[in-house]
Order: sequence, then structure tokens, then C-alpha cells
Amino acid sequence: MGDLFTVPVILGILYSSIRLATPYLYAAIGEAFAQRSGVLNLGVEGMMLMGAYSGFYVGMTSGNLWLGLLAAAVAGGLMGLLMAVISVTLKAEQGISGIGLALFGLGLSSLLFKKTLGSVVSISGFKPVPIPLLSDIPLIGDLLFNHNLLVYGAYLLVPLAAWLLNHTTFGLKVRAVGQNPQAADTLGVSVTRIRYTTVILGGVLAGIGGASLSIGLINLFQENMTNGMGYIAVALVYFGGWRPLGVLGGALLFSFINALQLWIQVKGIPLPSDIAVMMPYILTIVVLAFSTRRNLQPAALTKAFERGEN
Amino acid sequence: MLVNRLQLKRPALKKLANRVGEELLPLVAVPVAFLIGAIMLVLLRANPLEAYGALLGGAFGDVSGLTQTLVKATPLLLVGLGVVIAFRGGVINIGGEGQMIVGALATTAVAVGLRDWPGWLLLPVCMLAGGISGGVWGGIPGILKARLGVNEILTTVMMNAIAVQFANFMLRGPMIDPAEIEAGTRIAQSALLPNHVWLIRLVPRTLLHGGAILAVVLAVVVFIFLWRTTIGYRIRAVGLNPLASRYAGIPVPFYQALALILGGVFAGLAGAVEVLGVQHRMLEGLSGGYGFSGIVAALFGSLHPLGLIPASVLFGGLLVGADQMQRTVQVPAALIDTLLGLVVLLVVGSKIWASQRARRRELHG
Repeated sequence: MGDLFTVPVILGILYSSIRLATPYLYAAIGEAFAQRSGVLNLGVEGMMLMGAYSGFYVGMTSGNLWLGLLAAAVAGGLMGLLMAVISVTLKAEQGISGIGLALFGLGLSSLLFKKTLGSVVSISGFKPVPIPLLSDIPLIGDLLFNHNLLVYGAYLLVPLAAWLLNHTTFGLKVRAVGQNPQAADTLGVSVTRIRYTTVILGGVLAGIGGASLSIGLINLFQENMTNGMGYIAVALVYFGGWRPLGVLGGALLFSFINALQLWIQVKGIPLPSDIAVMMPYILTIVVLAFSTRRNLQPAALTKAFERGEN
Repeated sequence: MLVNRLQLKRPALKKLANRVGEELLPLVAVPVAFLIGAIMLVLLRANPLEAYGALLGGAFGDVSGLTQTLVKATPLLLVGLGVVIAFRGGVINIGGEGQMIVGALATTAVAVGLRDWPGWLLLPVCMLAGGISGGVWGGIPGILKARLGVNEILTTVMMNAIAVQFANFMLRGPMIDPAEIEAGTRIAQSALLPNHVWLIRLVPRTLLHGGAILAVVLAVVVFIFLWRTTIGYRIRAVGLNPLASRYAGIPVPFYQALALILGGVFAGLAGAVEVLGVQHRMLEGLSGGYGFSGIVAALFGSLHPLGLIPASVLFGGLLVGADQMQRTVQVPAALIDTLLGLVVLLVVGSKIWASQRARRRELHG
């Protein structure tokens, strides 16, 4: 095994882990906001797909990737609005409405893809931007400071989200609404407004997460290209104990296993690739099993708010 | 108590009317979804009437369409039954897809491995293998939920992904058709099942098979189970009010796990029937999204085993008609996925809305 794990190999695996965590980070941080306010949004998958498609299509036709990114954010935000109407205003069962939203996003993005693009084409997406000086540090310079802007953005989002949740009035309201909506309501916090804000924000971030795939990492769009990433993102929120830093840890661990698995396949190690692809999912179940009992879950998660109950 | 019951008697009729209205709400959701679909069709520059005409014609227009519809309705009904049992027990089973895959895989392994057994023995054993393996696949999330409180929605989704990979592995490795290796094509599919376990064809020269009848019988069985047996009653009690059930001495986690296990059994049977009746071998993509469409059918059937029968036929028809629509008016079949998603959103959205309106009426007269 000695010659398999040379320094360049390890650096290569770490570099892809950092890259691969990007879409999960956007989607899972967004989902963390929604869940902290008490909304379990299982439609992340559909939001990511709509973001991936919109980002790619607008980016390709306009030739402006930033416009594509904006389109992805808007598409995700609209999906978030739809989810908010169904789950906050109409108070629908969140688990099921999320599945509906995921199906809707999958169908609509495939439909639009077939109608507007027809076949898989690739574009040149966001290019790596080495950060001056820092990227010249031996070993870790390239590893940490030679990525595209969407990757940097994902990692900057983590402390930003932690600060928003823990040190601002908005964050306090979000946590209050997720923990005890009745009390928050009594104190004059609009439960509905907070939940709309977080679910739409979650949609915007999931849309950007989708775009980080289609115009940042893979630079193409195909049907169902997220292939379950949205659900992984939801699991990462549980996994990370509903805290942005925990989500970061989970996303990195998950992507590390994924990068390792990809490398095993490339290297031709006699482990069937199908079995290797299973590893991250098995890992997720195991970690979920061990992390659930910690009692960090927002008390009002999945519960629609009804004034005058309790 | 007695006074209450007397007071309730008079508005009982009104209540019944409200309840009927609630049960029929899904029927309103579909036209609304199709109206939105019509707008989308116009935006896609297709004539909605022509498109929907092709959809209906393809699904129900002739013997070929109708039998295809029933062939697709069969796994939908079986997966849907699993979804209904889980829902009634207050747990959500998104794992139909994976449970169906392992069910199909186990059925194939048994049928190919024990090919010398007589059909009358082998067929039930195959079905049993499908049901049990599906039950195990649903049981893992069930037990994790009961013992550790792990969110079953997430674990069932993960189990789907694992099942897909596991099937790919088996079909490319241990279970690949020896003929594929000889021919050098290496298509990921299993050997053909011995033909004495194939389910009988109900209509000659079509794919309609005996599994359709089995599915309908099982729907009735599930109805009797849920509404006429103690275990079924407890599952529903746990789903309706876990706290009250616990006070009544019902071990809530046990029945939640049981609901997920039984849900897996029915999805596993769907896989078994699909292999024994339609494909006669296991191949990649056999589950074909039934695991998710089954959820839509279950919701549309008001989460009732008998309501699920017409709902499965309707959604089976949509899946068949979508291909016809794609051919005649060049609208991608993905439109139907979009509409299915909308149906879910409209059904869950409107249902709660209606029950809340009913409650408000009760409170304020």
C-alpha cells in the first residue's frame, strides 16, 4: 500500500474532496436555515436540478456565467417560494410535499433540457482563480487556494451562515421559530415571514449549489444530473447537528469518501466500482444512526404552525 | 361523554358531507394539475387538446394501450400498498424503489438457482423471497427509526441508492447472464428465468399477467388487515396519535417498524411480480421510477388500499400515454413527471387546507 499513498496522491484526493463538497455545502447550508426555522424541505433535489439547468442554459446562451448564476439563484428561489406556500401557508405534510417538489423539479428540468438543448453539450465554466501569494505556499497552496470562485464562495458561506444564525437578530428569530413557534409568535415574531425567508433562502442556495455543478465542476447539464445529491444534503444537515460548522465537517467527510472511491476506481484496485459507490451512502446511514440521539433537532421541525394550539 | 355523543348526532350529516368532500379533493387536484399542464403545453407550442387526446388514446384507447396500462398499474398498486401501510402507521416510506429492486433481485436469484424445482413450489418461494428481501430492506430503516429515532425518510432514500448499486454489482458480476459473457456483450442483466415460473398471461399476445389479479386481491387483503384486525388497528392508531397510543399501552416504535417492514414487503413483491410477469429476468432500471410514482398513486388514492386500485390504473395510464404523447405531438414524456409532482403538491396542499377549513367550521359554527 505504501506506494499507493504518496504525497501527490493524498493531495489529489484532498483537492477533489474540497471541490466535490461545494454543491453539498450550498444546498445543505440553505437547508439548515429552513430546518432551523422548523421546515423540513425534502425538495432540495428538485431545487438543485432547476438551478443546474437554469445556470447552464442562461450561462451558455448569454455567454455570461454570472448571469447564469443569477438565473440559478432565481430558479431556486422560486422553487423555495412554491415549497413555502405549500408547507407554510397551506401547512401540508412536509415530507410528502418535498417529494412532490423534487419530482416537479426533476420533471421540469428534464422537460426544459429536452426542449431547449436536446443533447448533452459542455461549456467552459468558472475557471480556477489562484489567490496571489497564498497559492504559492508549498503543498497546501494549490490544495486550498487554487479553486474557482464558486468553491471559495461555498466555504465562505459557512462562517457567514454561522454568524447569521448565532449572532444576529434574524438568526435568533429563526432559532426561536424553529424551537418554539408559539412563544415566538407571542413575542411578535412573524412565524410565517421567518419561515418564508428561510425556505426561499434555502432554495436560492440550493439553486446555486446546482449551478456549481453545471457551470463550475462538471460544466454540462444532463437529466437528473444531481442523482440524489439533494437528499444527501438534507442528511448532512442532520449529520452536522443543524450547525453550519457541523455541516461543513459532514460535507468534507462525505466528499472525502467519494473522492477516495473515485480514486480507487481510477487506480483499478480490485474493489468493484458499484460497491465503492455505495460507501458514501452506507456511511451516511451509519452516521445518521449515531447522530440522531444527540437531541439537537429543532423542536418544531416538520410541524406546521397553528396559532392558538397548545 | 354521553352528552357529547348526543350533541354530535345532529350535525353528523353535515360532517359526512364534509368528509366526502375531503375524500374527493384529490379528484380536483388532477384537473388543476392538467390545467397547469395545458398552459405548459401551450408554452411548448403544442396543442393541449391534441396532446391530452394522444395521452388518453395511448393509455385507454385500444386493447394494447389498456393492457399496457394495467401492466404498469400492477407494480404501482403493490408499491402503493406499501406506501399506504407506512403512512397509516405515521411513517413515510420513500424506499419503494430500492425495496422493489432487491425484491426483484432475490426473486431472480431464487428462480435461477432453484430452476429444477417444480413450478407450483418454486413460484411461491420466489414470491416469498421477493417479499422477505423487500421487508428486510424496509426493515433496516424501520429498526433504525424504532431503536434510535433515525429519520426514516432519509434512510429509505439512502437505501434506494444502495440497492441500485448493489443490483448493478450483482448484474455485472455474480448474477450476469452466462450468455452475455459468452457473446462478449456483457449487458448487465441476469439469465432468463425458467419458464415454468413465469406468471400466466391474461390476454394472449400482451404483457398483461396474473400479477395484476394478485395485486387487486392483496389490496383487499390490506384493507381487511388495516381495518379489521387488531394489528392493523394498532398501526393506524399509532399513525393517528402516537401519544395516545402510548398511553393506551401500544408499543409505538414496534408498530412504526412493523409498518415500514410491511411496506417493504409489498414493494418487494412488486419487484417479484415485475420479474415473474413482465421481464422474466432481472435487468438494470427494472424499478423504472415506480417507487416514486407509487407514492403519487397512494396519495391520490386517499391513502386507502381500495382507493389505490383506480388511482394506480389512472397513473399507469399516464405513464403509458406519455410515450404516445411524446410521439404524436413531440412533447417530452418528462411533462408527465412534472405533472405528477404538481399532483402531489396540490393533493397535500389542498387536503390540509380542507381539513383546516372543516375544523374552523366546527369551532365557529
